[in-house]
This record gives sequence, C-alpha cells and structure tokens, in this order.
Amino acid sequence: MDLHFGDSKPTDDERAAVDALLGPPESSWEGADRSDADLRWARGGREARDRRDLLLPGLHAINDRVGWISEGALDYLCRRLTVPPAEAYGVATFYAMFSVRPRPATVLHVCTDLACQAAGAAELCAGIEARLGAGVSIERSPCLGLCERAPAALAIRAGDPVRTAVSAPTTVHEAVLAATSPDSAPEEPPAAMAVPQAGSPGLTLLRRVGVVDPSSLDDYRAHGGYTALRRAFELGPAGVIREVTDSGLVGRGGAAFPTGRKWQATASQPDHPHYLVCNADESEPGTFKDRVIMEGDPYALVEAMTVAAYATGAHKGYLYLRGEYPRALHRLEHAITQARARGLLGDDVLGQGYAFDIEIRRGAGAYICGEETALFNSIEGYRGEPRSKPPFPVEKGLFGKPTVENNVETLVNVLPILTMGAPAYAAIGTEKSTGPKLFCVSGSVERPGIYELPFGATLGELLELAGVRQGLRAVLLGGAAGGFVRADELGIPLTFEGTREAGTTLGSGVVMAFDDTVPLPRLLLRIAEFFRDESCGQCVPCRVGTVRQEEALHRIVERTGAAAADDIALLREVGRAMRDASICGLGQTAWNAVESAIDRLGAYE
Amino acid sequence: MTAIPLGVPRRLVEFTIDGEEARVPEGSTVLDACRAAGKDIPTLCQGDTLTPKNACRVCMVEVEGSRTLVPACSRRAEPGMAVHTDTERARHSRKLVLELLASSVDLSTTPQVAGWIKEYEAKPDRFGPDAARLGEEPKVDNDLYVRDYDKCILCYKCVDACGEQWQNTFAISVAGRGFDARIAVEHDAPLTDSACVYCGNCIEVCPTGALSFKSEFDMRAAGTWDESQQTETTTVCAYCGVGCNLTLHVQDNEIVKVTSPHDNPVTHGNLCIKGRFGYQHVQNRD
Repeated sequence: MDLHFGDSKPTDDERAAVDALLGPPESSWEGADRSDADLRWARGGREARDRRDLLLPGLHAINDRVGWISEGALDYLCRRLTVPPAEAYGVATFYAMFSVRPRPATVLHVCTDLACQAAGAAELCAGIEARLGAGVSIERSPCLGLCERAPAALAIRAGDPVRTAVSAPTTVHEAVLAATSPDSAPEEPPAAMAVPQAGSPGLTLLRRVGVVDPSSLDDYRAHGGYTALRRAFELGPAGVIREVTDSGLVGRGGAAFPTGRKWQATASQPDHPHYLVCNADESEPGTFKDRVIMEGDPYALVEAMTVAAYATGAHKGYLYLRGEYPRALHRLEHAITQARARGLLGDDVLGQGYAFDIEIRRGAGAYICGEETALFNSIEGYRGEPRSKPPFPVEKGLFGKPTVENNVETLVNVLPILTMGAPAYAAIGTEKSTGPKLFCVSGSVERPGIYELPFGATLGELLELAGVRQGLRAVLLGGAAGGFVRADELGIPLTFEGTREAGTTLGSGVVMAFDDTVPLPRLLLRIAEFFRDESCGQCVPCRVGTVRQEEALHRIVERTGAAAADDIALLREVGRAMRDASICGLGQTAWNAVESAIDRLGAYE
Repeated sequence: MTAIPLGVPRRLVEFTIDGEEARVPEGSTVLDACRAAGKDIPTLCQGDTLTPKNACRVCMVEVEGSRTLVPACSRRAEPGMAVHTDTERARHSRKLVLELLASSVDLSTTPQVAGWIKEYEAKPDRFGPDAARLGEEPKVDNDLYVRDYDKCILCYKCVDACGEQWQNTFAISVAGRGFDARIAVEHDAPLTDSACVYCGNCIEVCPTGALSFKSEFDMRAAGTWDESQQTETTTVCAYCGVGCNLTLHVQDNEIVKVTSPHDNPVTHGNLCIKGRFGYQHVQNRD
C-alpha cells in the first residue's frame, strides 16, 4: 500500500481532536515533524493498519470538534491510521451525521419520521427554518427514537466538548432555543417518563426504570443487580447457555433467532478470540425501547453483556450505539467506568479470574448499520455495507472472528432468566414466544411509551393500556420494515407465531397507532423516502428499487382506484424483486409496509 | 482466479441443477456448476479474476429451502442442494434488475445486455420519463483514460481491482450512499490529484465501458470506433522481465487499446502503466 496524500493540512483544532483520540504521532510517517530517524526508518505498516477500526471514532472526533470533516483533517487522520484517503472518504460520506462540506458548527436534526410527521413535523420544520439564520444547519432526520415525545429535535454543537440538546416534544421556540444555546436548554425528562407502567409491580425488564438512580452502581446492586452474573459464574458457561436455550429466548431485534442456539454456535467455534457485540443501533422508525433501557437501567446492559460474553467465551465486547442517543451514551460511559472501577469489568471480573471489558462505538447516522454484518464493517472502519451470508457471524463475524451479536432487549432478558431460572421464565408468555416483551407504543394514544407485557397479550389490550384515541384507522406493527393492520384486527395476539399467522410481523415491537386524520399516502411516501435514504447502495434491487418505489408512490399520492392501478402493479413487481433479490433485510423488507397498506388497509382504493 | 491445480484433489459435491445431477469440485460456486452444465446465467458484477461481490443480483437462482433467491456467482455448491435456474421467480428478479439498471444507467456499451433485456422481456421505459437517472458527465481529466460514471452500475470491480485484490493502490472507493453512491477518489478530486498509478486494471475489469481508454472514448465520440474492423494480437510486453501478456487491439493499423488475457497464470489480466498505455513507440513511423 503506497499512500498518497494531498497538500491540505489540518487546522490546529482538527489535529488536536485526532491526537486526543490517538495520542500524539510518533514519527513523520504518522504526521509528526520529520526527524533524522524518519529518513532511514519507515514506520507504520501492519501495526498502524491494525488500528483501522479507529477510523470511525476518528471521524467522530473531528466532526464533534469542528462540525465537518475537511480535506486536511481527513488526510491527517488517514496518515495516523495508514488508511487510504479514498477509502476514508468513502466511509465519511457514508454516514448522515458527517459532512465533508463546510457547515455551521451547530446542526439541528428535526425528526420528520412517522410519529413526528403525524405530530406536525412539517410545520415545525418550516417554522424553525423561518426563525433560524445561517448559523445553524437544519437537517430533516429519520426517526430519532423519541416517538413517545413527538415531535422531536436534536441539536448538536461542535466544540470541545461537543454539546447536545434534545428537545421533545418540541415547538418552534424550544427547538430554536436548543439550537442557539444547547447548554441552557431545559434538561430532558427522566427516562422513566417514557415508561407509563414505571414502578408498578409485576414488571421484569423495566422494574428498575424510574426506581433506581441510573448513575448509581450501589443502587443497582441494592435492587438485585449482579445477582445474575454471580449465578452465571456458578453455572459455568455451558450452564448459562443451557439456561438461555431452555428459556426459549429469541432475539428481540426483529429476526427472532433463538439466542441459546446462537450462543452455543459461537461458544463452540475453535477459532479465537470470540467477540460479543451489542447491537444498540436502534434505528427502526418507531423504536425507542433500547434507549429507555440504556438511559433508565444502564448497568443492566453492562451486566447482561458480561454474562453473554462469559457464556460465549468472549473477552471483549463492543456496544454499538446509535449516534443520535447522547444521553444513553453518557449513562453507559458512566456505568462502564463505574463497573470497571469496582472490578465488575476488567481483568478479573468479580474475582472469578475472568477478563472482560466493553468498548462503546458510536454510529453516525445509518439505519443499515443495525444489520448485523453491516455493523461489523462499521466497527472495523469500513463502509457500513452488509456482507453476504454465509459465512454467518457465529463463524466469521467481527474482525473475521466468531461473534455473537445481540440486541439490547435480548441481552437484558438474560438477567431474569438466570435469576428466576429457565422454567419460571419460560412459563411467562406463550409456548412458542416465551418471556416478557417490550412494546414501543406511539402515535394516536393518550399515554405513548414503552410497555412491558408477557407475550400473548392482544394488540387491543396493549392499545387500551396506552389509551388509544377515538377514530383509530390503522396500526403499524414492527416499524417501517413491518406492516399495517386494520383497526378491526385488534384481536391479533402479540406473539411471534400470532402475528405470523395473521400475516404480519412483530418486528422490533413497534406499535404505532394512526387515526383517520393522518393521510395514509403521505405516510407511505415517508416510509419509501426513509428506505431510499437509508439504502446503502450496494445491491441493485434495493439501490434503484427503493427509488422507483418512492417515485411510484409520489405519482399516486393524490390518486385512487383505476388511476393508481398501474403504479400499484408496478410497485408489486418492484417490491417482489426487492424482497427476493436484495442482499440484506433492508431491501427485503422495504416494500412490506407499503404492501400491507395496499392489501390490508385498502390504501388508494 | 485461474490457477494450476496442484493440491490435494478436491472432493466432489453432488447436487442438482434444474433436476439434473451435477458434480463439481468442493468450493465451486453455483455459477461455476451452471456454466459447466452449459446453462447460461447472466452476470454483470461477477469477474473471473475477482472475489464475487454479488452486488448486481442479475444471476439470482432459486435454491429449495431458501427464503430468498441466492446469487449464483458467490453461493458455493453444497451437497444435496436443489438449484433451479429458470423459474418464474428467478426470471422475474433478473428482469427487474435489468429494468432497474437500464432505467437509471447508460448501458449502451455493456456487452450482452441488449440480448438479456430482450430475452427477459425487460421494459425499462415503464418507470416513466421522469424516472431518476444517474445523470453523470464523463470525467476527462487525464490523457490515458476516461471515467464515464453515467455508465456505472456500481459493481465494485474497479474498487476491488485497485485495492486489496490486485493493485493495492486504493485510489478509488465507493463514496456516498444509496442511489447517490458513486465511485470516487478522495474528496471527489480529479484523478491527477489522487493515488492513481494509471495501471488501467480497473478498465480491464469494468463490465460496462464506464472506464475506457481515452483513445476508445474519443473514437466513439467521433463515430470511428468499429470493433468489427479491429484485430486482437496477444504478445509479450517488451518493457521489463516479468513478461506480461498484452493483447493489442488494432484498428486501421493503429493500436486503439490494450488488454491482457485473464488466464495468464502470473498476471491474471493485470498490467502496469507501461504495458497498458505505453505503446506509442510501437507505432512511431518517423
């Protein structure tokens, strides 16, 4: 590899931001001033290239400090990591939160996705744009995961340190305030506000949210924290996997793969090291359960990751957190530091001679990075494009090593499995969908938020709990990749098998209610825009298909009946090819919600 | 990659293609097996000298038990697999891929694609006159080759050839995302400001003519490019001792472009700037 760099130099700020992450450069090969030794001795090579995974944190460091990534800054980062500038440019331009063009230090992300759109995001954007001048860059954002408080906005002001302010539910005035003075914006309401059931007995996964101080490890331990890890050490790795298998736990991220089987498959791989990855890149529109867990009970995730790593023989865990969750980031950084200081992470966890540590990696605005193999590429410092499977992650995952990757909610379910035992856990829910489940209820309800119910409750029961409003027209299950059901289908049992039987999906647990005031075609258009924006572009069916889908929906936004029939037929053909031929789940599901709206709701009739 | 088989004989994998028994060495792809069985499956992003990227999805086939179609170019044959290459479902996906590409990309110089479009009855026009296209202008920023990204199907082959699979120069990458993704050097700069070493190995693997010799580009623009009037002569490069094979494409007694045979066991179709572009001295007639 013969690297070529241009003449652009980093500013002092940019250099400082990179050096704060990587330390000062050791030689001119890495960007320091040239010494005599550098003329005789080429440094770098494999050792430097092994740090490729620091590319994304490096881009964050620059973007956080300056607000955008200049040529000089990118070149300097590339020099430090021995990464070809073309590749780094490809990575930087992949993520929505980065800019390679100059922009103001403050960026205001205004959510225009489903729940926020129904709550008036379009007028909000127009109002904000009229009030804010050139000093703030306003970006229409996909779902910010704040659906219970729609409409939402997130202000990020670059500097040292970077400042963020979340405003939700927001108004033009409050959003402008958050953007112009993020430091003095009112503090976010506590995470428990997103849990209407908070504090009520009978909760399993949410029992500590709103009850414990999320910053206090002692409080966590006083409320049953770290009993599951002790139990895990008693059982041994094989025993933990047996318990998890017997519990019937399946993945909560949307794919519903049996967790015990995944763990067993990883644990039994002869290749080492093994890695654990926690997928906290929660980006499915309408989903905010993982955020609430991470903000309200962060130590639970730290403990659950430790258990999972112990069971699968991993000593290093990566927590890939979506970039739009500043409070979850702070809470988890604090929790990991505390756990490390108290011997609950590190070389000798709980004095058991087992070493494990967690590193947080921030996403940078890419829904596709929630796809498990795209997430690996993102961590490794490549473009977040899905890999083709096989090989599967349990065999060749992160850094090409056996990797177990689980969603946040899946992992925290492991704690009650160990504390109450597999049989008691499996007794919750139905035979095929065991345990408690978190549902993200938003839209046309009185009390939006995260609800914990045992599998098997019906959609109607859940909506009643959340106080569904009059005039319900449709419910979106599973988010943009899920499907709509009608207001007269509230008897659908909320289980994997029940929703499958009803021809829909549970997905990640999104339950978004829409009343008859929401124009359905606009909603579908927003879903299509979402997939067009978030397609990584790797495969043709998704890259072009999502564009053609959006174009067709745009044409028929005001049409019905025979006038829409041709385009609906076209949509079906494109949708079928996307489902059959796309590389990953994004393209394969990009047509689901639109199809269900046409077939079940009779949109465009 | 072409290699002379020297190792332990590989086990044979037995499975069926369209109901017929197929036996291929372990590690072969479904595409290898289909081609060995004389079945034609269209491919665009697949390259004989590159690891399959399976990005274009035109080679999709149906495998019993698989939820989705599978790319023949990269899926390895497994014992007992039942592959169907010509089902309605597979043909539908191929047709749609061809339509999606032809409605957004200039495929006028892509070999074979016109035949496939006819065979699969693809109608790219049905997305309407306003269907988004790439809308790129040719980038002519050096004397050796032209990058006409309006013809780019984003197969990643040039990136792979420039990067770790062959040249290790890493001058280009995919930049941007989704429909806006394009092949670019850093900061979308001209090639002359990049790490490009002008080996032209990206041109060698480009399946659509998006990358072409400046000589070919100019002749096409002038309307003088005529492949039926060209001869191809394979010879040995005279520059250094490696002995790379060159195939000289000659029209009207002028070399108009240089390729290299992919089955050469040493170079696999790769050349350096001298072999690829340094042919002017051959036709210096003064």
